[in-house]
Order: sequence, then C-alpha cells, then structure tokens
Amino acid sequence: MSVIKVENISLTYGKGTSFCKTALDDVSFEIEEGEFLGIIGHTGSGKSTLVQLLNGLLKPDQGRILLNGRDIWEKPKQIREVRFKVGMVFQYPEYQLFEETVRKDIAYGPKNMKLSEDEIDKKVTEAARFTGLRPELLDKSPFDLSGGEKRRAAIAGVIAMDPDVLILDEPAAGLDPLGRDALLSQIKDYHDTRKNTVLLVSHSMEDIARISDRILVMNKGKNVMLDSAKAVFSRGRELEAMGLRVPQITRIMMLLREKGIPVDTGALTVEQGFSEVLGCLSQKHAAVKDQ
Amino acid sequence: MGDFITVKDLYFKYEENEDGQESDFALKGIDLTVSRGEFVAVVGHNGSGKSTLAKHFNAIYLPTTGDVIVDGMNTKDDDHVFDIRKKVGLVLQNPDNQIVAGVVEEDVAFGCENLGVPPKEIRKRVDDALKAVDMYEYRLHSPDKLSGGQKQRVAIAGIIAMEPECIVLDEPTAMLDPRGRDEVMSTITRLNRENGITIILITHYMEEAVLAGRVVMIDSGKVFLDGTPGEVFSKVELLKQHRLDVPQATELNYKLKGCGFDVPDSVLTEDECIEAIMKLLKV
Repeated sequence: MSVIKVENISLTYGKGTSFCKTALDDVSFEIEEGEFLGIIGHTGSGKSTLVQLLNGLLKPDQGRILLNGRDIWEKPKQIREVRFKVGMVFQYPEYQLFEETVRKDIAYGPKNMKLSEDEIDKKVTEAARFTGLRPELLDKSPFDLSGGEKRRAAIAGVIAMDPDVLILDEPAAGLDPLGRDALLSQIKDYHDTRKNTVLLVSHSMEDIARISDRILVMNKGKNVMLDSAKAVFSRGRELEAMGLRVPQITRIMMLLREKGIPVDTGALTVEQGFSEVLGCLSQKHAAVKDQ
Repeated sequence: MGDFITVKDLYFKYEENEDGQESDFALKGIDLTVSRGEFVAVVGHNGSGKSTLAKHFNAIYLPTTGDVIVDGMNTKDDDHVFDIRKKVGLVLQNPDNQIVAGVVEEDVAFGCENLGVPPKEIRKRVDDALKAVDMYEYRLHSPDKLSGGQKQRVAIAGIIAMEPECIVLDEPTAMLDPRGRDEVMSTITRLNRENGITIILITHYMEEAVLAGRVVMIDSGKVFLDGTPGEVFSKVELLKQHRLDVPQATELNYKLKGCGFDVPDSVLTEDECIEAIMKLLKV
C-alpha cells in the first residue's frame, strides 16, 4: 500500500506578482510503504518544494497529498501531526542545533509530542545509536562537537520523533568520502531496522544509485521518471539533457555499449561494472579458443 | 614560471577553545611551492587541514611558526597584507555567502570599488570578468534568481575583476548540481589555460582533482602525496586508507590491473578507461 499519494499537485510562488514562478506543475505519484526513494533533479527542478509539501510546510495551490490514505490538509489545525509523522532533515541541519546539551536537543521533538520522560529517554538513546553518536557525547554542548557529529546529532533529533516517513535533503553534503559512506550506510541500516519509508534528495548520483530502491526524477517542476535505479540510470542520455549525470561507471558502460560492447548499461557500482567487463573478456577468451 | 607561493615549515594552531584547553596543531610542518601559472588541486578528508592551509595563501590565517611567502612578500608582514590579497583571491563553498549586491554587475564591481579602481576602468574590468565566466548576458539580473553554478561564477567574476594572479577556491562546487559543477570547473580550467591565472583548488571530488596539473594530498596537517594526477591516483589502496576516493574509472582500471590484465598503471578519465578496455577486447 502507498504511504504517500500525491494527486495532481501544483504550486506557484509569488502568484499575481511579476516574480511569479511555477515550482510544481501537475505532479502525481505514489510512494510505497517501506521503500527507500531517491529524489534527483537539477537546481530549481522543484525537489525542495516537493518535499516541503509532503510534510505540510507548504500548501499546494491545487491537488492533494494523501498520507496513509488521508488528505494532510483535511484538518488544517492538525497539520502539526503530519509534521511528526513525516520527519524532515533540511540541508546543513547542524545550523539548527540550539539546546544546551546534545541530549536535550535530540529530545526537543519527542518532548513536543508530549511523550513521557521514560519514552523520551528511550527515543533519544535509540536515535543516537542509529546515527552512530557515542553516548558520552550526549551530555556535551552541541557546539563542542565536530562538524560530522553535529550533523548526526541534528539527524538524530528528527529520527527521535520516530516518523513514518523520513525525508533527508542532501544529508551528506560537505562530508568527505568516508564520512559520507558511513552516514549513508547508517541511514540505510536505520531504514532496514525501522522498516519505515525514507526519501533522500541528493546531487550525488553515485550515492543515490547505491542506496535507493526507486528513484524519482524531477525536471522543470514535473516528475519525469519514477523507476528502479537501474532503469532510471540506463536512460543516461535523457538525464544528461536534464542537466543531470549518471554515475561515472554507468557512463563508462553506456559508452562501451555505444561502441558495440555487449555490457549491461544498468551497472551502478564499480563491482558491477567490473564483472560486466570480465564477462566480455571471458567471452572473447572463449571465442579465441574456439577458432 | 618561477615560484609564486612558497610555504616553509608551516605550523598552525587555532586559538585555545572555550575550556581553555590547548588545541592540537592543525598544520604540522607543511613545505610547498606553487609556481606561477600552475593548477594545483589540494585534496584531503574533513579535518585534514586543507581549508586551514587555503586560508594561509592570502593572509587570512598567519602561521604559528614557519612562513608563507607570496610573490616575495611574507604574509606575516602587516604592510603587505593588502598587496597579497590583491594578488591572491579566495572563492568559498557557498555562493550565497559571497554575494553582496542586488545586481550581478554591481556585485562583480564591489571588490574593484574597494581597491579604488577608477570608474571607467571598473566598467571594463567588470565586463571582461563577466565574459570570462560566461555570465555577461546576466549582468543586469538579480543574483538571487540565478542557479547555484551561475552564482558561483559571478563570485569568481568578482575575484577576476580585481585582477589577481592567483585564485584559491575552497570546495567551490560542494553545493552545486552536476551541471553547475561542470560550469564552474570549465571556467576554472579556462582561466588557468587562457589567462595564465594560478589556480589552487581545494576539493573532495576526485573527478575535479584529475583536471589539475598537480595534486597535493594533505593528511593530519602534513603533505602526504604530491605529484601529477597520474602519479597520485595510481596509489589506490593508499588513498583509500587515507579516507579518500579515486574516480570510478580509475578504480575499474585498478581492478583489471589487479587481475593481471594488460592495462595502463593508472587511468584518470572515462575516455582513458574505455580506451584501455577496448584495447583488451580487441582480438
């Protein structure tokens, strides 16, 4: 069953002014419960507008958004509930840390949900574990943490609300390759354990390719593709025309294919590309032997 | 050519933190020479000291011990700070933090105005700078309506208009989408090749580092590797141990090499990788 259903939503900023800009134009799609959805698109394609609509920070001009079958704007006064269910981690979330201790900062969301002290404690500990924050950091000031630790603390604050849908906007921006890999695999582990729905917005095609079940591609305010990572990235030329790229390894496979080498252009990791090339090499080897 | 920036046994320590604890040295004995007209990429993981080093090139940070000499001037010499900053411009990660004016061409003119360049000369420099980054047609636009890549190119134009001999860029593409990244990288490469501007590029993206003539890898505040992209990226295992990636093309070639196939020691680009594979497949 779909956890989120988007029906014909449109949104125009600055309506009636000379700065009027259509950010989303008649967008419809469904997100399955428990899936890991990657969202890609060029700057200004409508990705950020879309995710802000999904947790009720923006209201669509037209169309509706169903969360577990119910229109999120059915009772506008209860929109807060939607924001607890659809947790949002913004870009550079570490700038939003504000409490005296990391523990209090992570507890801020659960506290607003009016959970008991015990429950709050439990959620904080769990969230810290999911994001790989060492327990001894919890009683420090968030401002004494390193950049990577601050990022984790901020993400933990959203995870602690135990959302049904977790949205992350460029969670790994500015981290080095190892820090990025570590953070993404923790998010993946969290998703596998918690079995909730995760939406990840990123400009890194390599990261998106590796981690997502399906990928939503936005272009000029419209959703143009929604398919498996393999199917999306096998349409490399179309993505390039939209100002996107495919992972370098996928591009190498695509170019080899264009030269008549029978490799699978859906290879998304170096390992997959390597085994494709090995396959061709062993075929060639067999052919030479036959002659 | 000739030495333009010389870093001699540079040690740097940030001021003590709030608890009064002594912080460790962020840079521990860097020796580095950058020649006029070079394009150097500086890579290293978070906390390796690469951004700290970048801020030494135009006297934003001063060495705790050791020296940084820019075109014969020591950055420690107060009298020269202004001249050094005229010679070495700095572009930062987030374009939104670097744009000050409401119209593109006014933003580009800002630096020149502060240098006291005569108005007629500013007009010419601004036009030339905007043409150099391919943003001339946007000169009358408002910067906040531009894409990330365009904003970053406007920020670069603002530096170019001050006619520096060297531009230091600290992760200029970290916040950009793929097209924006390409735009900024081709602008940087062109400024180096055609205008002879010395470029020092701090980056996490190995695909960008391969475009440089030289790659310097910093780890734990020291220069760990220094060589051509080919030399540095042939050390795949070593780079991985030091929390760095190699381009996927390089890694694929490395795996083939590891299986005993006859491929080059190191490839850097998609085209080189494809050429190597086609050669293997040729009967």
